[in-house]
Amino acid sequence: MSGALPERLEGRSVVICAGSGGVGKTTCSAAIAMGLAAEGKRVAVITIDPARRLADALGLDELGNEPSLVDPARFAGDGIEIDGELWAMTLDAKRTFDELIESLSPDARTRDEILGNRIYQQLSGAVAGSQEFTAVAKLYELDRSGRFDVLVLDTPPSRNALDFLDAPERLTGFFEGRALKFFLAPTGLAAKAWGRGTGAVFGVMKRITGVDLLEDLSVFFRALGGLIDGFRERAEGVARLLEDDGTTFLVITSPEREPAEEAVFFRRKLREAGMPFGGLIVNRVHTVGDGGPTPEPETVAADLGPELGPELAAKVARAYGEALALAERDEASIARLRRETGERHPVIVPELDGDVHDVAGLVAVHRWLFDDAQ
Amino acid sequence: MAVSDPKVGLLGRELVVVTGKGGCGKSTVAAALAVAAAARGTEVILAEVDARGDAARELGVARRPEPSVETELAPRLHHVSIDPDSALRHYLADQLPSRALAETLLSSRVFPYFVAATPGMRELLTIGAVWDLTQESSRRTGERLYDLVILDAPATGHGLAMLEAPSTFERAAQAGRIAGQAGQIDDLLRDPRRTAVVAAARPEELPVNETIDLAEGLRDRLSMPLAAVVVDRVHGDPLTEAESERVARAGADPAATGAALAVHRRAVAEHGEIGRLRAAVECPVVTLPEIARSDIGPGELGELAGRLEALL
Repeated sequence: MSGALPERLEGRSVVICAGSGGVGKTTCSAAIAMGLAAEGKRVAVITIDPARRLADALGLDELGNEPSLVDPARFAGDGIEIDGELWAMTLDAKRTFDELIESLSPDARTRDEILGNRIYQQLSGAVAGSQEFTAVAKLYELDRSGRFDVLVLDTPPSRNALDFLDAPERLTGFFEGRALKFFLAPTGLAAKAWGRGTGAVFGVMKRITGVDLLEDLSVFFRALGGLIDGFRERAEGVARLLEDDGTTFLVITSPEREPAEEAVFFRRKLREAGMPFGGLIVNRVHTVGDGGPTPEPETVAADLGPELGPELAAKVARAYGEALALAERDEASIARLRRETGERHPVIVPELDGDVHDVAGLVAVHRWLFDDAQ
Repeated sequence: MAVSDPKVGLLGRELVVVTGKGGCGKSTVAAALAVAAAARGTEVILAEVDARGDAARELGVARRPEPSVETELAPRLHHVSIDPDSALRHYLADQLPSRALAETLLSSRVFPYFVAATPGMRELLTIGAVWDLTQESSRRTGERLYDLVILDAPATGHGLAMLEAPSTFERAAQAGRIAGQAGQIDDLLRDPRRTAVVAAARPEELPVNETIDLAEGLRDRLSMPLAAVVVDRVHGDPLTEAESERVARAGADPAATGAALAVHRRAVAEHGEIGRLRAAVECPVVTLPEIARSDIGPGELGELAGRLEALL
């Protein structure tokens, strides 16, 4: 018996799926979005890095960086009727960042100066942190557009869940910080630092780092100066959205030790940050049988012997014994997760047989998430 | 696979970087490689970068390791946890004529922002600390302390960014001390005789895709080959195809036959993914078995290390 998702998501307009990489977060996010759309809502799911075939299954246009409508006919064959609308997009971090700069730049010259800056190109590229920031920036933009009843965000596969919660604050802290003020100051320290090369601290900095980098930084910060207010406003908006009553965080994990520890940690951080926690989903849980009897492996070997021969019966018994051990390991992990997160009824999704990166897989995961009868 | 593959020859390098998709067993692979190298008589140090100490725990260290403190955990097997802040402290103390000047810089209000705000700076400091380990020599004898440094690196995207940081800085700074040092580090990272990049993966679609992308990224962005892939948590196949058909027809104990058939189907799927990986990368691919235990300790590591012999 697991906790039903539909009632937990009742009245929510933003659902953020958080957790370690490799636990099936993207699949769960897509299945949740599909389930809500089936209930009649207009839903958009923002995915970060879907498996190619999941993207194909949803008909995701990778180049768009905007949600595109998923054809409901894709699900018809698997018995899912979409009464609402399901939209899906894959986040392009670099492009989202560029678009943000474009929308905040006061003029074309500032925009080009920033977009062409070496430091900016580094920052907006693969460097850790920008994906987290752009994910919430996109979330905020779509929320403000008012086009959707519910937004489901699949968070970046960062190893440390904190990266995601802190991203807006970290980036705006950086834009508003002393470094920026320092670089923007027309006179005073900055001018001294590389104008005349005085001051031990900045002289050393220059010697160690090389002048060009400092100049790049200085141009970057100067150009960004005009965008500070826009960034601050945006960051405040994002922070409000994350704390809003309409927002909920779902923590997704597998029963394995490392993701489970991460989930416990993230649950605690949510509590400390005063963010709304909507529930725990334990995905890819090993199970044996369909709730029927699970005999001892020795009994199995004896039962199957006459039919399969002793050798094959022993093989089956051994494989079954190992499956039982895995199931026990997972059960112990779930018990521990219950204890340590305070979530009494986590939603359990078993390790599904076969491919989950297609429509049939989504529908199978959806059944476990939305069907209270499991 | 019992014979060493001369094309890999990890023991002959100075640095082995282990990366891969998050959750694919990077730390386990790095720790098992370190155990295997130490067993072969190599002075090896395992460097972890994200302060979680996963590899240290698997090696039997109870407490989270102090950053930047090198400890010998077992004969010839050393460990250090690298943290960019203390790396910066060490770096400045080394570079500047006086400790007082380093302290002035570190305690200045602007400098920490400067470091935090400079994209790639933390990555550069981290890889710089790794480079130091490869160069570290005994004060007494002047010989190198470590024959081999094994880096438990961040996950693929961030890992690549870290390997690229020195060349980015070298280009951006052009002159000055950092440019020179970044150049030296970059020389180490781009020399396949000195550095090997090993990917940890799992026999599933996404990790396999990411490993193939990593091999391409290494080649295109760093002109480096991927030295080897270690596929972790591979399930053994209990049944042949013919046996599985017989088991499927068996009447008794459906829970047991169902479980055995599920393991068989999963093993077949995993086999397919490993085949796809082998076809796409040019380096050796070795596999490690799934261990049905939540905690991997020194005993399990020793077993896994044995399987990695072929890469040494």
